[in-house]
Amino acid sequence: MTTSMDETRIRTEGLNLFYGPKQALKSVSVDLKKSRVTALIGPSGCGKSTFLRALNRMNDLIDDVHVEGKVLIEGVDIYDPKVDVVELRKRVGMIFQKSNPFPKSIYENVAYGPRINGVNDRSKLDEMVERSLRQAALWDEVKDDLTKSGLALSGGQQQRLCIARAMAVNPEILLMDEPASALDPIATAKIEELIYQLKSTYTIVIVTHNMQQAARVSDDTAFFYLGELIEMDETKKMFTAPSKKQTEDYVTGRFG
Amino acid sequence: MRSSDLYTRKFHVSEFLAEKLIAATAFLSFAVIILIFVFVFREALPIFSSSEPATHDEAVQEEVETYGEEALGEASQLRAAEEKERRAGSIEHVEGNASLRNLLSTDWQPVSGEPKFGLLPLIVGSLKVSLIAILLAAPLAILAALYTSTFAPKRVKEILKPAIEILAGFPSVVIGFFALIVLATFVQDLFGTMYRLNAFVGGVALSLAVIPIVYTIAEDAIAAVPKSMTEASLALGATSWQTALFVTLPAATPGIFAAVLLGVGRAFGETMIVLMATGNAALMTFNVTDPVRTMSATIGAEMAEVVFGDTHYNVLFLIGSILFIFTFTLNAVAEFYIRRRLLRKFRGG
Repeated sequence: MTTSMDETRIRTEGLNLFYGPKQALKSVSVDLKKSRVTALIGPSGCGKSTFLRALNRMNDLIDDVHVEGKVLIEGVDIYDPKVDVVELRKRVGMIFQKSNPFPKSIYENVAYGPRINGVNDRSKLDEMVERSLRQAALWDEVKDDLTKSGLALSGGQQQRLCIARAMAVNPEILLMDEPASALDPIATAKIEELIYQLKSTYTIVIVTHNMQQAARVSDDTAFFYLGELIEMDETKKMFTAPSKKQTEDYVTGRFG
Repeated sequence: MRSSDLYTRKFHVSEFLAEKLIAATAFLSFAVIILIFVFVFREALPIFSSSEPATHDEAVQEEVETYGEEALGEASQLRAAEEKERRAGSIEHVEGNASLRNLLSTDWQPVSGEPKFGLLPLIVGSLKVSLIAILLAAPLAILAALYTSTFAPKRVKEILKPAIEILAGFPSVVIGFFALIVLATFVQDLFGTMYRLNAFVGGVALSLAVIPIVYTIAEDAIAAVPKSMTEASLALGATSWQTALFVTLPAATPGIFAAVLLGVGRAFGETMIVLMATGNAALMTFNVTDPVRTMSATIGAEMAEVVFGDTHYNVLFLIGSILFIFTFTLNAVAEFYIRRRLLRKFRGG
């Protein structure tokens, strides 16, 4: 793992996370780099989704969560009491496993983020909606019916709509929690293609259950097991010559 | 498996009977509702069928009056006796003429030399009191529902939610009594109203009965908004208040609308509270500090003393029919909204 400090966008130091008495993350220390896609892999319940949600403090919404250690984004500890969670989440966007558009029109779905930030100028909103939908590779498919309900789109389109919605608030980091797990292969391919295009602009962290997907889309891969970060390295190395036995067993499908 | 093993179907008597019994019970309750429906409308019908006064036989009249003596207290016995004397004596009982013109007049004086059956003050009364009640109850109940389902800590919710719902089981006569003794004095001291019992006092008391109904259904509607939707909003950097206002509430609108409709229905049909707290004067005014007489309170107050089969009697049933149709329509619309709109909203289209 060769990382110089100026490439690091997210760094965790001894991150422990508890759900009540149960420890879900055990002393996770990791550097996630700019302009790269990092895949988080590991068997169900290993803590990879918990880790992802710790990066924009979505775990705060769950009762009885307790966090120790540090999560530094651009050097700022996001668990510092002085940090504004709302501001943090604007900078760290999130895409969920199940696409969750609002029961509003396609346009209003994308315009939601800018609107809550006080943008009301119609032409400015139009521009932001178009830019975000283009970035999410959805513009050509929906440009003629922006007033249609977001829920009327297909599953893959809904997920891309959610990505457009997240990008409309100009985040620096995109967290994706198994974004393609509910999609068919064609829709999945489109999402993966999109991730590939977006990585020059955003730092992307993606949780996936699909080994091939991790191998295809990511530059770095982190393997979690029972709440611990077992190993993290360049994806190529992780899948061909991992240094830990557990990683090798998992990526070759011996358990999981 | 040999095929003959399958041909062993038996007839289970107890299962058959239990099934039929449950079905019969269901149909019985349905039939009872239909019969009440038919009865109320049938009794109101003579008003439309003939302009000439309906006749009523003495025996039935006698029966009604002894019923009054048995069931009511000493004071009412005395009053019933006076009534009987008055009818038997000099003043002849006057059958009213419930022409459409009379029904649409603005005077409700059903027992007088020339009975007036103007329904307008009663309809205005009901609308006025219900409107006050729902204007007070709906915002309170909806905000309370929003608070307990989205903002409140778990512990607070566990106490608050059942507490408000218990209010729904509160006997309305107790609420009426409270309004009559405590609330009316309080309101008069506060605003210096001319009449102690008035539409406003009745509306406030009625809102106490309406709040738990609106609250319960609105809470369900808000809780039914998928968590994934609120999470999406929060992940975009919306505050929890923005999320509640722009995502949760709009998504729950059909359910909340239904809740308010059912609340209006309850307010419209509620009798005891308005009977005790509104002053019961059939005034045709839009002033909220005037006493008011609602349709339901009119039936509640007059049905026991009316002459069986009389025009007055028929008019009371007409009022009952109007109430029935009104609440039935409200409930049907509310039901439609909950079932169709809410579900469709989350499935797309």
